[in-house]
Amino acid sequence: MTVTLFLQHIVNALSLGSLYALLAIGYTMVYGILRLVNFAHGDIFMIGAYVAFYGTSLFVLPWWASLLGAILFTSLFGIGLERVAYKPLRDSPRISIMISAIGASFLLENLAVLIFGGRPKGVDVPEMMGRVLHIGPVSFLGVSLFIPLITLVLLGLLMWIVNGTKTGIAMRAVSTDIETARLMGIDVNRVISFTFGLGSLLAAFGGIMWSYKYPQLNPLMGVMPGLKCFIAAVIGGIGNIGGAVLGGFLLGIIEIMTVALFPTLSGYRDAFAFVLLIIVLLAKPTGLLGKRQAEKV
Amino acid sequence: MKIKRNQLYTVVALCVIVLLIVLADHVFDSFILRVFNLCAIYIILALSLNLLNGFTGLFSLGHAGFMAVGAYVSALLTMSPQLKEMNYFLTPIVPVLKNVTLPFFPALLIAGLVSALVGLLIGAPILRLKDDYLAIATLGFSEIIRVLITNAQPITNGAQGLKGLPRFSTTYTVWAVAGAMVLFMVLLMRSSYGRTMKAVRDDDLAAEAMGINVFKVKVTAFTASSFWAGVGGALLGHMITTIDPKMFTFSLTFNIVLIVVLGGTGSITGSVLAAILVTVLMEALRFLDEPMNFLFIHTAGTPGLRMVVFSILLMLVVIFRQKGIMGGKEFSWDSVAAFRARHARRARSGARDDAGDGGNSGNSKVGGNANGEGGPHA
Repeated sequence: MTVTLFLQHIVNALSLGSLYALLAIGYTMVYGILRLVNFAHGDIFMIGAYVAFYGTSLFVLPWWASLLGAILFTSLFGIGLERVAYKPLRDSPRISIMISAIGASFLLENLAVLIFGGRPKGVDVPEMMGRVLHIGPVSFLGVSLFIPLITLVLLGLLMWIVNGTKTGIAMRAVSTDIETARLMGIDVNRVISFTFGLGSLLAAFGGIMWSYKYPQLNPLMGVMPGLKCFIAAVIGGIGNIGGAVLGGFLLGIIEIMTVALFPTLSGYRDAFAFVLLIIVLLAKPTGLLGKRQAEKV
Repeated sequence: MKIKRNQLYTVVALCVIVLLIVLADHVFDSFILRVFNLCAIYIILALSLNLLNGFTGLFSLGHAGFMAVGAYVSALLTMSPQLKEMNYFLTPIVPVLKNVTLPFFPALLIAGLVSALVGLLIGAPILRLKDDYLAIATLGFSEIIRVLITNAQPITNGAQGLKGLPRFSTTYTVWAVAGAMVLFMVLLMRSSYGRTMKAVRDDDLAAEAMGINVFKVKVTAFTASSFWAGVGGALLGHMITTIDPKMFTFSLTFNIVLIVVLGGTGSITGSVLAAILVTVLMEALRFLDEPMNFLFIHTAGTPGLRMVVFSILLMLVVIFRQKGIMGGKEFSWDSVAAFRARHARRARSGARDDAGDGGNSGNSKVGGNANGEGGPHA
């Protein structure tokens, strides 16, 4: 493999890793607070992409306006989903709430088939994203450069929100101990809604960028990325935002690089994440950055 | 005396069921019969998942993977060499498998055993995990199985799948296997091993302290569940007569999870009822996808509406009735008698002593539960 080709793969891997990281953060934040695997998160990702698509095609908005609109809409949608599907089950066994999440995911996928149609839709990629850029001998799509950059900005903002604002402190308190946080006067419901909103916002952004990178939409497009990103969150240590980012990038890089180095394995691409997950779970069940908790009787 | 009466009831009920199946085989047209037989297959699959989710407390989402193993093994063992040659037109089949043709029942058994072996190999490492982690790991393995099947072209014919499987899943076959499965579950849950499983489910730390080898119980349950999943998958394959890797995705597992939850995790009766209900409903709601003319309301056909309605139903059940239809209880003649007695009493006493009646029904609820734990006193 030439150096040029290698660099091209690196750019590709970084942009895919960024998308995974954006989606993984949503899983990890929700899990940190509610101990819930939000199976519908991948479908939120899909909805973000579809709304942005309809923004440009149906309402003829400029791409950035429909991007912002879609992110806002999806964020509210995530909050609404939590209210309807998860909040009534807050005090039930974890298995029930997990099944509700699977049901919600199933419902969103079927609704998408009904409303958006089952046939894949081609996306009009904005000129800026679709343009081929050249840096020295390395050439790549604009979107591949844009994704990691904007992801860094978003991660910085997220870190500021979580570590520097009062809401962020409340989020961390709720994730440590929901009951005690309530006793300290934190409005737990508001914090949970905020978390869902934030997670859905990042997922929507990821979905839209995904649709610029792989310009085709279908109602099941969120399933595989959703599963993989949950895995990324587990690999990094679920409940830990830094871990989710690490896991996302790790997964993206491993996926692209394995296929690049061993083209014969490309058919097994979707299995890499699961194999990696099982190795990590068996070697270090709490993930790379997770803390070990003693089991109390 | 009472036991004898219950035994009599059971024999009568069994006769009625057998009669119904024979009648169904003669009366129903091919479409309805197919739905009827699908019920039996879903009973097998739901019970095998309930063995894990409901009785041993292991939340597994990997059922489709084991079904795929069973379906493929049985298909490869029963298809004739000519049929295989027709299917494998892109890549020739490996020579070992080319000329193997077994009768159906040995093939079904081998399908179950291979699936159980895969379950054992997977279960041994991942059953150290718990709750969500276990669910995701099993889901992961079922995806890995699917990817392997898609890529193992010389063995499984890859993404093209296999067509023209022999139509072995007759009414009698599937219902006999379903009956065997129900019997297996009832006997297992009455045995001390079944109680051990429930102990592991309720509190694995306490179970371990009582001297139960928790890990061994979990692995055994996982292996047994994989065996039945493989058998169910094989029956499904021989009913549809076409299998391909796309069939065994997560949504198939989801259907079975749905049945188990709807019926009530940890209830054999519940799984059986819900399997029938869901299968029939899935077909009955098919009209939603077609154009409708209801009085003056005309709608164009909207493919996909059926699944939406179905998902909404599921969400409503999960949110408003988490226990499912049976909620961990089992059917028994004693509970029927208790129910009737309660009903009769309520009819007699009227609204005057409503409060006392409430207390009563609470009591009989506990009684019903105890019955369920002791297995059906049939």
